[in-house]
Amino acid sequence: MTAITRAEVEHLARLARLQLTDDELDHYAGQLDVILQSVARVSEVAAEDIPPTSHPIPVQNVFRDDVARPGLDRSAVAAGAPAWEDDRFRVPRILDEE
Amino acid sequence: MTTMEGDLTRQSATVLADAMAQGEVSAEEVTRAHLDRISEVDGDVHAFLHVLSDEAVEVARGVDRRRAAGERLGPLAGVPLALKDVLTMSGVPTTCGSRVLEGWRPPYDSTVVERLRAADVVILGKTNMDEFAMGSSTEHSAYGPTRNPWDLERIPGGSGGGSSAAIAAFEAPLAIGTDTGGSIRQPAAVTGTVGVKPTYGGVSRYGLVALASSLDQAGPCARTVMDAALLHAAIAGHDPRDSTSIDAPVPDVVAAARKADIRGVRIGLIKELGGEGYQAGVSQRFDEAVEVLTDLGAEVVEVSCPNFEYALAAYYLILPSEASSNLARFDGMRYGLRVGDDGDRSVEQVMALTREAGFGAEVKRRIMIGTYALSSGYYDAYYGQAQKVRTLITRDFAAAFEQADVLISPTAPTTAFKIGEKVDDPLAMYLNDVATIPVNLAGNAAMSLPVGLAPEDGLPVGMQVIAPAMADDRLYLVGAALERALVDRWGHLLIEEAPDL
Amino acid sequence: MTTTAETMPYAEAIAAFEPVLGLETHVELGTASKMFCSCPTAFGADPNTQVCPVCLGLPGSMPVVNRMGVESTIRMGLALNCSIAEWCRFARKNYFYPDMPKDYQISQYDEPLCFDGWLDVTVETDDGPRAFRVEIERVHMEEDTGKLTHAGGATGRIHGADYSLVDYNRAGIPLIEIVTKPIVGTGELAPLVARAYVTELRDLMRSLGVSDVRMEEGSLRCDVNVSLNRAGDDWGTRSETKNVNSLRSVERAVRSEIERQAAVLSSGGRVIQETRHFHEDTGRSTPGRSKEQAEDYRYFPEPDLVPVAPSREWVEELRGTLPELPSAKRARLRAEWGISDHDFQTLVNGGALELVEATIAEGVDPAAARKWWTGELARIANDREIELADVPVSPGQIKHIQRLIEDGSLTDKLARQVIEGIIAGEGDVDDVVAGRGLAVVSDDSALLAAIDQALVDQPDVAEKIRGGKVQAAGAIVGAVMKATRGQADAAKVRALLFERLGVSE
Ligand SMILES: [Mg+2]
Ligand SMILES: [Zn+2]
Repeated sequence: MTAITRAEVEHLARLARLQLTDDELDHYAGQLDVILQSVARVSEVAAEDIPPTSHPIPVQNVFRDDVARPGLDRSAVAAGAPAWEDDRFRVPRILDEE
Repeated sequence: MTTMEGDLTRQSATVLADAMAQGEVSAEEVTRAHLDRISEVDGDVHAFLHVLSDEAVEVARGVDRRRAAGERLGPLAGVPLALKDVLTMSGVPTTCGSRVLEGWRPPYDSTVVERLRAADVVILGKTNMDEFAMGSSTEHSAYGPTRNPWDLERIPGGSGGGSSAAIAAFEAPLAIGTDTGGSIRQPAAVTGTVGVKPTYGGVSRYGLVALASSLDQAGPCARTVMDAALLHAAIAGHDPRDSTSIDAPVPDVVAAARKADIRGVRIGLIKELGGEGYQAGVSQRFDEAVEVLTDLGAEVVEVSCPNFEYALAAYYLILPSEASSNLARFDGMRYGLRVGDDGDRSVEQVMALTREAGFGAEVKRRIMIGTYALSSGYYDAYYGQAQKVRTLITRDFAAAFEQADVLISPTAPTTAFKIGEKVDDPLAMYLNDVATIPVNLAGNAAMSLPVGLAPEDGLPVGMQVIAPAMADDRLYLVGAALERALVDRWGHLLIEEAPDL
Repeated sequence: MTTTAETMPYAEAIAAFEPVLGLETHVELGTASKMFCSCPTAFGADPNTQVCPVCLGLPGSMPVVNRMGVESTIRMGLALNCSIAEWCRFARKNYFYPDMPKDYQISQYDEPLCFDGWLDVTVETDDGPRAFRVEIERVHMEEDTGKLTHAGGATGRIHGADYSLVDYNRAGIPLIEIVTKPIVGTGELAPLVARAYVTELRDLMRSLGVSDVRMEEGSLRCDVNVSLNRAGDDWGTRSETKNVNSLRSVERAVRSEIERQAAVLSSGGRVIQETRHFHEDTGRSTPGRSKEQAEDYRYFPEPDLVPVAPSREWVEELRGTLPELPSAKRARLRAEWGISDHDFQTLVNGGALELVEATIAEGVDPAAARKWWTGELARIANDREIELADVPVSPGQIKHIQRLIEDGSLTDKLARQVIEGIIAGEGDVDDVVAGRGLAVVSDDSALLAAIDQALVDQPDVAEKIRGGKVQAAGAIVGAVMKATRGQADAAKVRALLFERLGVSE
């Protein structure tokens, strides 16, 4: 595996919505590299014919019936909101296109 | 009023429940005794983030009233409990040890809390933890570290260090923990208490703020195996709100703990979990406990799980990957912290500033790793390959369980380390979970129980007992037998040797 | 990007290039509760009143799959001749957006529930109807997002807004996503094929009862992929136009994108792979983000949901619930009604088939039923740029109006006024007739009085008629119609007039 660059760390931070400081970027670039080198061990396992496990217990087909039930009171919904206006969550302006 | 009053906090849940049922002591008295104990010692220990003083007394009074009215109550009615701050409780702050959720009060109960309420357990408050359960030391809490009651300079384990410390400090006889890679078992080991990670899907995750959804599992923390069994029975069982919850009867863990007879039980010693890298005193106490098991009539064999050497690597890919997605919702839009919303900044900037300010270093580190491992181009080599390792580990367990009814290992390679010792050395920190992680990857059940103090530092050592999925009762069978034999030998529970606070 | 000409005339574009289409259609299913929680799905509820911890993405909440969502998707897959997966999983599609409560969408990725199907569509050409088989890549389940309202700024648009408001009632409503394989060989008919395909999908979903497909409520949304290549060349770079939310827009979006790309290519430019946004008002699209800065969605299997493994028995049981599909129904009706291919296709293209069928079922004569829906009502739909089905007049009301015409209470002209009144919200047929005073004046004495008055007013005309010039009668009849505000039956007025003057026609 190739070493992780500072630019890559910056890209990851953007994807993950983390406004890292310059110090953090430097710090993480080093640490992520060490960690990723270490976890890259998984590739040592020859696992061509091994199926991946996404769920530890093999349960399938779990459904609920299509019955509507009332949810939360709006006052409870609003109570946790950082900003609330006109019965809606208020959020900062969205720059990019929908 | 009663002869027990002076030492109510030293009693097990079983003894307290019995005394309350007999009318020897009221739930209110029991609750007040524990609240007093919290006031007394929690300044030093810092197990709690939020104490429900008035509410707990109110609940206890309700229990007393209903008992006085002749109602038949459950086996844990009136028993106090400390709840890890990662489970929602309606109207009660739930922070997950993070700034990003400071002040958030969920509008709903987790299923675990709902069942605790139904069992008339008295919830004393919310316990400290590594932020979003990421850590093995409870140093990664935004609200400061919790200290190990055995030595306040040392860590109480993590991520559920608040829950283990609360029990070890006699602030509560019971606690709820959650275990994604060892966060119930490793804290139990380093505090000389008992902790169980049930089979994945055995306890509902509804209302458990997810770290890694395919690994997380809530479970009981206690000072005795029987107490853990009673709590396990109270919270386990199918929940239609958790699609991964197992729709089958809960194994009878209480009966198993009562039976405590292991004659003829085959116990597999996992070759790969021990020896090099394990502290001498840990190995010594573990080996002695194995002898005790043999003396009790168990048949101990050695088993090999060759793929366990890849478990840590697979875990530190799967966990951050799932966590990076689970923690995306903490973006400052709907609840919790919002930073930088000056009316001019865009939503993207406000999200990024909020997450930067709201998350601690370890959380950011793991989000970055997870984001990397899932990104296109890396998925197959990292996440995909880790999931294959997961299959291999599950197969190792299956093969081992052909030879043995339960498997054992030391719970953690070392006893409690010093606060600050590993906090910025993630790889060293991750090694703490080397023995507990394979269990989460495969979804099995496992317990940690105390087997003595390491001679070199006088700190508790834990043994891990592992059972196949949905055979959680075997943990209690073996654990209770071993506990009984050790208590006979020591004359008391190991926790009694903890220094006074 | 500099431009010589923004667009190339359509005929020219098609002469020079071959289009390749791809359509991704999202439709809200008509379930009672949401895809992963039990919140109601009713449209138009007060903001944030149909939400719970799950669809708000509150920490700790967990999704549970709505069985009806799965069944509807399988039924749609079967109707589209798809294979149904024996085992598949949900996946998380990760990206940050404030209308998405968890900052990931639960969707399906490389394991869709239904795959490899097809749908036959027909378009009208100068040489008669032409059939195309549109191949279906996949049909999968996912959840809708919340609804954003942009506040501040001038336009209510996202650009220039000071902030936005979010209503999560829509978040978690089940969506079915239907993706075609590349559609080739349509030539100049590309826009019509695209429209016919989406129309057919809509009709299919309605007939299956999996969705009402209320387009005016935004419950059907299309992403249109278009690329152009010169004959014999490899396929070109495609653009993806989002926000295409009506049948008419689908057609316009394909056409305008062909015109735009043709202009770019013929001036030596390069089409860039990008997302474009369609604007209903202008019928044109504007560029959005290019793929170079595209999100990395970091898909992975949803760990909070277990796999879906529909048994073959279940699939066959669902197949047994499929109703007569629109194509079969059309064949049957064409035979039953015995009308020409062309007339029939006009009904189909106009979206009138179901309505005519329903009107006939109400007991209206087939010819009259067809006349209403392809005539007056089609004109109204066209004027208002809405779908015929969305004209707020029901087959039952048509029956009522038709009966009034037949018993002489209404003339055709008055009937049109009744329809106008219904659309204007003046109530049902009887309400409009009464409210507007539209009943035919059939009282002979009233008509005779009006005739006498007209004869007095126009003595010279009266004289001509008496003299045998019957064609002059029009002036008198016209005056009577005017006097009765059009509420008289002209033929009757004419008859009364001749009778009055003792003249035979
Ligand atoms: Mg989609
Ligand atoms: Zn909901």
